[in-house]
Amino acid sequence: VIDRAPFFLFLWKKIFSKDPVLVMHQVFRIVPKDDVQLALVRVLEDILDLELDFWRWVTPVDVRVPSHSLQVVKTYLENHCIKYFTMIKDLQALLDEEQRQMKSIAPAGNTDTFHYTTYHTLSEIYSFQDMLVAENPKLVSKTVIGQSYEGRPLNVLKFSTGGSNRPAIWIDTGIHAREWVTQASGIVFAKKIVTEYGTDSAVTEILNRMDVFLEMVVNPDGYHFTHTNNRMWRKNRKQNRGSTCVGVDLNRNWNAGFGGHGSSNNPCSEIYRGTRAHSEPEVKSIVNFVRSHGNIKAFISIHSYSQMLLFPYGYTRKPAKDQAELDQVAQKAITALASLYGTSYRYGSIITTIYQSSGGSIDWTYNQGIKYSYTFELRDTGHFGFILPANQIVPTANETWLALKVIMDHTFKNPY
Amino acid sequence: MGLRRAIVLVALMEVTWSLNVTTIGPETVSTDASAHPEPAEENTEQKEAAAAEEDVMATGELNPNHYPAQRAAKLVQHYLNARYGSPYKLFGLKEVHSGNAEEVADSGRKYQLEISVHEIISNTKEKCSAEVFFPSGAKQLSPQVQVSACEEILKLDAKSEEQALYQQYKTNKTVRTEERLPDSYGHIDPEMTPFWHLSIVASSFIMLKESTENTLYNVAQVANITQLATENDQLKFDCHVLLHEMVSQEIPQWKLLFTWSPAEGVKVLHTEQLPHVHEFEKRAKPN
Repeated sequence: VIDRAPFFLFLWKKIFSKDPVLVMHQVFRIVPKDDVQLALVRVLEDILDLELDFWRWVTPVDVRVPSHSLQVVKTYLENHCIKYFTMIKDLQALLDEEQRQMKSIAPAGNTDTFHYTTYHTLSEIYSFQDMLVAENPKLVSKTVIGQSYEGRPLNVLKFSTGGSNRPAIWIDTGIHAREWVTQASGIVFAKKIVTEYGTDSAVTEILNRMDVFLEMVVNPDGYHFTHTNNRMWRKNRKQNRGSTCVGVDLNRNWNAGFGGHGSSNNPCSEIYRGTRAHSEPEVKSIVNFVRSHGNIKAFISIHSYSQMLLFPYGYTRKPAKDQAELDQVAQKAITALASLYGTSYRYGSIITTIYQSSGGSIDWTYNQGIKYSYTFELRDTGHFGFILPANQIVPTANETWLALKVIMDHTFKNPY
Repeated sequence: MGLRRAIVLVALMEVTWSLNVTTIGPETVSTDASAHPEPAEENTEQKEAAAAEEDVMATGELNPNHYPAQRAAKLVQHYLNARYGSPYKLFGLKEVHSGNAEEVADSGRKYQLEISVHEIISNTKEKCSAEVFFPSGAKQLSPQVQVSACEEILKLDAKSEEQALYQQYKTNKTVRTEERLPDSYGHIDPEMTPFWHLSIVASSFIMLKESTENTLYNVAQVANITQLATENDQLKFDCHVLLHEMVSQEIPQWKLLFTWSPAEGVKVLHTEQLPHVHEFEKRAKPN
């Protein structure tokens, strides 16, 4: 039962007092071990001179202690052997920092003030896309290639200097929701393309003859879910008929070895393949796009984590026809990647390097004739895993961009 | 006037809003799907190819970059952490240089590995030799790991930090957190970092025990950790961890009860795997 009087007093103070300066005010979390200790804590409340501000009365007890009362309260608790710890060492400093952070994460007006060094929500990413198009109307356009299961638009940015149905490179990030460094890197790649066109000779040459397509969030429903409910969600948000389990693994849903080992027919599994190949709208829309475009020459799908660069196949040990070339290009790409920070990647076919997996995207694209089909697994190797600290977004994206440029450059110089 | 406003506000705050958002998916997905069924013949062939891939156990000399050697080597990381890990000492697998696997008549499979291990906090690296044994048979026996030629990295001294932490939390302070470590953004309060490390060390006991040639475990996140009363001069903790198993892509959840002191290291008293959470049940609070 929450005692109304102190709560009311708290509220009264909040409404009628001016913004108190809370410098050096601390917030204690007190852990009374029994009712006797709890009663002793409550005694403090009655000593008005202490001006204690109880935030929470259910054990553990949280209380804001003004600087002038710190010593008295500490001595009192310690004398009675009541355990406590300092949750917030300087409340004003915390509030100032929060204010500063809120100001700095206020929605950016343009892609130059955008914060590449933090993780963003889905709507922030979609806003970024629109800003980038608005700022670079001659180079960037947005196409909606379909709708997710929950009705969200599936946006693809097209980077093109003209022509008609030029040979193209496809890059996607965020097919698995929890792999946050990938969607974040997708944002960086987009900005890289517009800044390097005209300044980097390789990118300029490529874009003068080829188009680049970038789908930053292949799985928007899943991504949204990782923000609101479960940071570890992987699949899409498909309600599976006849099951209480939600979601299909979008990278087991492609028509390449669909249904084989390395995927599951159980909707509760993280690698559930879906009811049939291309059953999922997020996959089907890319399939339709690739088929109708007809001139995609490289298809690169980005995941995390493990630090690997992989090529087909995942569903069979039979080597890809172009294995030797794919292997060679992969080696060159990871060497370029390592040149920036020394980050080491392994490379090879999916099935030998990481595990057998059936129904994967690049196996399908390769079988469609898109020779340069690659999958990246970005940082790290398991210490943070999916929860990669935000300060690693830009370094990860920058080193990966070097590898992407090797693949794009090779594709450009080896038309087929 | 002011009083009335205050009362109104109190009343407002008493009202709990229960917003039940049910996501209603469309009954049918884009009808486009039914108009163009996938080429059945092509898929059957591939499906047969995929089905024919038995899990062929690699034997003899192994490619160090392929998964068989890598999975076995990961166990060395878990072993080192369980045995030698502390709030200030944590090991990671850096590289596999070479590997060899062989059947051991009727009892299991043995891997011999040359690897590089690094201690994450001091960022020191060392080459080690290791032997990993996966027992076969009906009983779920734990893998066995033996390490040699790895002394320097194990002698790394973090004793003063460990002692300081130990003394602080033995009597004065208490750690208890509902925050996930790290949080969704990879952020962790520096004061909580030693406890994140301790949870990884304790989890290593589980990861070692549960590993097979078909798994690869890492700690995904610590859901919470609570310090309990000190017992026999050992700090005691109750923690809830989320592991990540790479091959199945599952997130197994475990509760652990463990103790730690600089002298005794981590000792796991009790472990319990939690049931798989079906995501149609909305969680009580977002993380």
